[in-house]
Amino acid sequence: MPVLKNINELEAVREKARAHKKDRENNKLSIILGMGTCGIAAGANEVAAAVREELDKFDLEAEIIHVGCIGMCHNEPLLDIQQPGGARITYTKVTPALVGKIFEKHLIKGEYSKRWIFGQIPGANGEIVEGLPTYDELPFYGKQVRIALRNCGLIDPENIEDYLASGGYGGLAKALFKMSPDDVIEEVKDSGLRGRGGAGFLTGLKWEFCRKAKGYPKYVICNADEGDPGAFMDRSVLEGDPHALLEGMIIAAYAIGAPEGYIYCRAEYPLAIERLKIAIRQAYEMGLMGKNILGSDFSFDLKIKEGAGAFVCGEETALIASIEGKRGEPRPRPPYPAVAGLWGKPTNVNNVKSYAITSQILTKGADWFSEIGTDKSPGTAVFALTGKIKNTGLIEVPMGISLREIIYDIGGGIPDKKEFKAVQTGGPLGGCLPVEALDTPVDFDSLTAAGATMGSGGMIVVDQETCMVEFARYFLTFASAESCGKCVPCRLGGQRLLEVLTRITSGDGTLEDLDEIERISKYMREGSLCALGQLTPGPVMASLRFFRAEYEAHVTEKFCEAGVCAGMFTYEIDADRCTGCGLCMKACPTKAIIGEKKVVHVIDQSQCIQCGACYDVCNLGAVLVKRKHELPVIEAAQGEGVI
Amino acid sequence: MGKVNLIIDGKEIQAEQGDTILQAARRHNHYIPILCDHPALPPEGACRICLVEIEGQRALHPSCTYPVTEGMVVETNTERVRAARKFNLELLISDHPLDCMTCEATGNCLLQDLAYEYEVKEDVFHGTRHHFSVNDPNPFIQVDRNKCILCRRCVRACREINGVEAISVFYRGFNAYIGFGADSSMDNSPCEFCGSCVEVCPTGALWPKLSLGQGRSWEVEKVQTTCPYCGVGCQLVLEVKDNKIIKVDSAWEGPSNHGWTCVKGRFGYDFIQHADRLDKPRVRKYLLDGKQKPAASKRDHEKEGNPWQWVEVDWEVALGITAEKMNQTRDTYGADSMGFLTSAKCLNEENYLMNKLTRQVIGTNSIDHCARL
Ligand SMILES: Cc1cc2nc3c(=O)[nH]c(=O)nc-3n(C[C@H](O)[C@H](O)[C@H](O)COP(=O)(O)O)c2cc1C
Ligand code: SF4
Ligand code: SF4
Ligand code: SF4
Ligand code: FES
Repeated sequence: MPVLKNINELEAVREKARAHKKDRENNKLSIILGMGTCGIAAGANEVAAAVREELDKFDLEAEIIHVGCIGMCHNEPLLDIQQPGGARITYTKVTPALVGKIFEKHLIKGEYSKRWIFGQIPGANGEIVEGLPTYDELPFYGKQVRIALRNCGLIDPENIEDYLASGGYGGLAKALFKMSPDDVIEEVKDSGLRGRGGAGFLTGLKWEFCRKAKGYPKYVICNADEGDPGAFMDRSVLEGDPHALLEGMIIAAYAIGAPEGYIYCRAEYPLAIERLKIAIRQAYEMGLMGKNILGSDFSFDLKIKEGAGAFVCGEETALIASIEGKRGEPRPRPPYPAVAGLWGKPTNVNNVKSYAITSQILTKGADWFSEIGTDKSPGTAVFALTGKIKNTGLIEVPMGISLREIIYDIGGGIPDKKEFKAVQTGGPLGGCLPVEALDTPVDFDSLTAAGATMGSGGMIVVDQETCMVEFARYFLTFASAESCGKCVPCRLGGQRLLEVLTRITSGDGTLEDLDEIERISKYMREGSLCALGQLTPGPVMASLRFFRAEYEAHVTEKFCEAGVCAGMFTYEIDADRCTGCGLCMKACPTKAIIGEKKVVHVIDQSQCIQCGACYDVCNLGAVLVKRKHELPVIEAAQGEGVI
Repeated sequence: MGKVNLIIDGKEIQAEQGDTILQAARRHNHYIPILCDHPALPPEGACRICLVEIEGQRALHPSCTYPVTEGMVVETNTERVRAARKFNLELLISDHPLDCMTCEATGNCLLQDLAYEYEVKEDVFHGTRHHFSVNDPNPFIQVDRNKCILCRRCVRACREINGVEAISVFYRGFNAYIGFGADSSMDNSPCEFCGSCVEVCPTGALWPKLSLGQGRSWEVEKVQTTCPYCGVGCQLVLEVKDNKIIKVDSAWEGPSNHGWTCVKGRFGYDFIQHADRLDKPRVRKYLLDGKQKPAASKRDHEKEGNPWQWVEVDWEVALGITAEKMNQTRDTYGADSMGFLTSAKCLNEENYLMNKLTRQVIGTNSIDHCARL
């Protein structure tokens, strides 16, 4: 690749890349494979091997294109086929054995098996296959608006040409040659973009603080620590569209006047780091990074710093300490990093998505962005949708969409005919919301007002089988273990709070413990040094607020209605529903279930260990979770009643 | 430096630009309770005891790190901050051995003082607490992590004052503790036993082994003196009980040491009252008898009447014999056969006199000083 010395050369390269892409789409067979960590974990490497083998077998020539995650993690591995001048058709849950069959049907016979096909993306000239749904027609994608994830799953992240063909580095060129640094800051301020790392601070304002701060050199840092359990929004951008991040960072650096930057990425993301390295190398080679970017006066160098994977290192001051080689611990603010950050110099820290979105804002304009979403939370929100939901995966939705739409329309609702119970947003420092809150619009302020938080994009749905006390305890266990231990309220308060919850879930709680939860939570919030300690009580407080009755049942009746907390419930068989099929009897490891075939079965409570095997196996919902009470011991001679 | 005007607890005060709220309050002797802060160390903001309310700010902020701004209005003793402080103290006490009655630091412990001030009488949480063994094998400093409140003053003192970084915090959250080197014992770390960490520790977690069981803080008389070891002249504060030094502290106002001192000054004082220490001059018996050096071996020198026997004499006699021997040596072998070595333990004046003695009285230039070694 040549070093680009001005904007015209960039546009020329872009035209070439577009032509190349068009040529490929119109004249070549492309096999597109989802090669994000999710795809690889589901077996994409094996599928890729099978693809090469089968192409040989059928004597077909094709371009094999590796892309990042398109968001349907529940359907990986994904294989897309795009025939010359045709639509891109997606096959889901592909196995190596299936590849040959798919090729035979699709490529040889020209048949489209609906059983395996998820949908299609229209071809370059709008070509579609009749009878197959387009992505836009599918609920999972129809309601999405993809800005941060615009290229994920669509382009080859290791090929800068793909990014250029999609308009990439156009925002940078515009900033460098048509705008002053102050103009760039104004544009980002006008867009109303709020940081996507959790706190939702106005990005443009943050850049302005840093620009105005005295000190040299200044730094821009990308927070790619992503320590929330179950969160993979940032990883998806890093793996699927790394140039979008780089472009955003260079723009920020230009606006702020920073000659250097760091990407702080957890070492547990080896694929992301690999792709970032490739992207950075390509950007240097093409003069998009380094000295005199695109022939301008502006120079910028970027390094990757691998983090060791502590959740607290995602907190910006801890992250900075970690880059400096110190123990990753937060320090009190003020001074804020914008004034005194890395090595004491003015530093701008933003999330991966924030930067990836900025590059689009510069390309398409502040007005375009602020039209999307709500007034106070313009744009989109990216969520990693997980838990008891049909479609798990990565979604990007306009702010203001309701939780209900996300969970039922995009997520497809709760599987196995179970009932929705709560949704946790904001990760381990967020909060849960009950069914009554399903119509809450998803934006920074509404979620906070409702009792949860936006966080950086975790969304976990739970059904009736989740004990909300145990659920809160789970997050608390995580957060207290991840406390850095620097300040007293978090180091010791988190432990004490966890002890109270553990008392409750193990049946030793009292009503006073509920007050104690509130007391500890209040002071942790008030006194902790960083947001980790301040928000550690969040999940507990939210679940206590919305599911207080469940807490009370745990402490007064020693009853866990979800059938989760050991020793706090019994399983009983509902005589009206039981058909005596015997499934539960076979499943029970202690032979506690008694009954003859086609006759209602009964559980001998003296033998039952509450393992839940019967509950899980019964198709009729006849095994019920009941309060513990004295039951007559069932007399049964050994052998009798056993089929 | 510019001045900044602010109001603390209704009082208008003036601070220097760049002060923290706590520094500003200190300038005016306005009390704000602290634990982790120490005037000689950079602020940490860890203990959350110095929290204050700042007008216009929703959250409480630590006064030890929060910079003053013009017109700022601060409240340091409201119900709200007192409750937050008390909660933090309750937490600390919930993981602290309540053995103040036998604790070395009793009467001289910040945690104890604050528990008193905020009426924290007992553990209100009844949760898990740590049980560390107290067995760091080093010769000087007892490390009792059970009493440690993780204020990290020691960590900062080792780094900022001594520049050694022997102490750091290991592990996270409730499992965090202070440790040495690569989580080893103190003598297996880069520690130089300067004792700066002991000096700043607000509790009984770090304590000089020499001082264990020697007395209570209120029984001692404090005497400021100059360290006798070297020419730096560290100011030390001797804690004296019954005319015996039981502990040595370093003086923060010492003009040459500013609170720092080395292992010798802080821990090397046991020679003073040591049984083996000579406090009167002695000479060999044969010298006293005016005899020549005996041919017999020194082996039996402890026997009564042996010519090698040490005999206690007064200074007059001892110096007389020394002078006579020096004269003899110079007269017999020449002045350059002699050399003089002086000590950093001597005063300037004494060293000056040795110089005169060597060059003018004896007549040689062979004089040196231990500080050159
Ligand atoms: C415990 C903790 C963990 C955090 N983890 C992350 C993270 O993984 N990624 C992130 O971007 N921000 C994280 N943050 C928020 C950052 O401190 C900071 O607000 C953010 O990176 C700013 O970027 P933004 O303005 O683009 O949101 C975390 C904050 C806390 C308190
Ligand atoms: S709140 Fe927790 S994570 Fe944050 S500084 Fe305090 S101990 Fe560390
Ligand atoms: S004695 Fe001195 S060198 Fe050793 S740990 Fe303490 S402060 Fe550091
Ligand atoms: S040993 Fe003392 S100075 Fe060091 S952290 Fe513990 S209490 Fe603080
Ligand atoms: S003295 Fe300020 S937080 Fe400890």
